[in-house]
Amino acid sequence: MNLTLHVWRQKGPHDKGGFETHRMSDVSPDMSFLEMIDVLNETLIAAGKEPIAFDHDCREGICGMCSMVINGRPHGPEKGTTTCQLHMRKFRDGDEITIEPWRAKAFPVLKDLCVDRGAFDRIIQAGGYVSVNTGSVQDANCLPVSKVAADAAFDAATCIGCGACVAACPNGAAMLFVAAKISHLAHLPQGQPERHLRVTAMVEQMDHEAFGHCTNHFECGEACPKDISVENIALLNADYAKGALWAARPKQLSGDG
Amino acid sequence: MNRWRAFFVSTIGSKIVMAVTGILLLLFVLGHLVGNLQIFLGRTALNDYAEGLRKLGPLLWVARIGLLAAFLLHIDAAVRLTLRSQAARPVPYAKTRHSATTYAARTMVVSGILVVLYVLYHLMHFTWGWVAPQAFALTETVDGAARHDVYGMVVAGFQQPLIAIVYVVAQAVLAMHLSHGASSLLQTLGVRGPLFENVKNYVGPAFALLVFVGYVSIPAAVLLGIVK
Ligand code: HEM
Ligand code: SF4
Ligand code: FES
Repeated sequence: MNLTLHVWRQKGPHDKGGFETHRMSDVSPDMSFLEMIDVLNETLIAAGKEPIAFDHDCREGICGMCSMVINGRPHGPEKGTTTCQLHMRKFRDGDEITIEPWRAKAFPVLKDLCVDRGAFDRIIQAGGYVSVNTGSVQDANCLPVSKVAADAAFDAATCIGCGACVAACPNGAAMLFVAAKISHLAHLPQGQPERHLRVTAMVEQMDHEAFGHCTNHFECGEACPKDISVENIALLNADYAKGALWAARPKQLSGDG
Repeated sequence: MNRWRAFFVSTIGSKIVMAVTGILLLLFVLGHLVGNLQIFLGRTALNDYAEGLRKLGPLLWVARIGLLAAFLLHIDAAVRLTLRSQAARPVPYAKTRHSATTYAARTMVVSGILVVLYVLYHLMHFTWGWVAPQAFALTETVDGAARHDVYGMVVAGFQQPLIAIVYVVAQAVLAMHLSHGASSLLQTLGVRGPLFENVKNYVGPAFALLVFVGYVSIPAAVLLGIVK
């Protein structure tokens, strides 16, 4: 198939950047989207030009690195799919495809399509963990977890921290990501001792980074490659209200992640 | 930072303030509608109701100040959060494709600002009497004593098509604000599951429609000569 790509090029964090147009012919429909860019990069390198910088790592939909907005949709048109798992057969011969980096103040562009998602790491460092005392491992099954709670926790835990929720949100909010992390631990007994401290610390860090606020557009849930439910945001809201307003508070979290 | 202060400046805390004040404003919108619909019971009923409200005295002031506070808190949070989110995406996308949001959700700030302008106009019209001083001065004589003729004032107001149109358009804008607000507030307050889904898909829009039809019925009835 033949395609016209409009790709965002930006030399560095302080460069203004702009779109560059590339025409591609004989793209195999069996390629993944990233393989298609690999092919384009081969031709750029052969022509002595700078290849397009983009993030990727696992190429199997689990690391969350392959951030790019394809025709206005984070990770492209297919629901519940990362860019690396998107195949060219989802496009048609002659299509024009616009490729942009995540657009958020909290995710500054480093180069071309690569952004710095360090803000997510700092939110996790603020409280997205369970503190454990050192010593031998507990016996398996000594903490009973109901099937329902385990499933809810697991669904939330599938978040890969890709940032598509932020990219899709008209407000650039990080609520779905934070909600997934909060919900994951809030459903498990191990998460209870630090539950309210965790939510206040993580929300405080989220607000400290330059993310926007939630106005319940729910674009995040549609864009999420792991189909994290926006219901988790309601849980986050309720937990935050409890944690911030009336939950008793120990002095600080015991670990620092 | 003190925990209350931290709550109020946080994004989620500010949204909760908007949701709670939104509920108060919603209750006012409903209560005001029920009061206004008494116009269909005739001149005496509506004027009795208006006189009853004024006779509440200090209580009326408590309600007014409470309502004003809710309005100001709601707007304060709206402004702070909106500015924050506008700054959160300094470089816009060349291409966007929305898939879940609604027109009402995307225009909450605009509909909110229009509602403020409308409320001010409405107060100038029927509370302060600046828009139509003659109609505002109308009186009705009951048992030899003159009292404010709210019924006559409203009818005189809406007999002017331009004024009636302003009210109808304003109600449409308010209804749009409410159609997103009704479910949004539940999500903000942490309500999950079927209750939220039902409000989002049915109850919220139905409520907004009810408010719209209820309020618009008054200028419509005056224009059609049903109420005169
Ligand atoms: C009769 C008057 C009003 C009523 C009944 C009302 C009701 C509501 C409700 C119920 C919400 C949902 C809160 C939430 O998302 O949790 C809301 C949100 C909002 N309101 Fe109002 N409101 C009114 C007036 C205003 C005014 C005067 C403004 C002025 C700018 C405004 C701006 C907003 C904004 C920006 C939102 C946020 C939208 C969102 O986050 O989804 N509203 N309103
Ligand atoms: S919630 Fe979904 S979209 Fe957001 S970071 Fe996690 S996996 Fe990515
Ligand atoms: S490259 Fe790891 S999720 Fe796409």
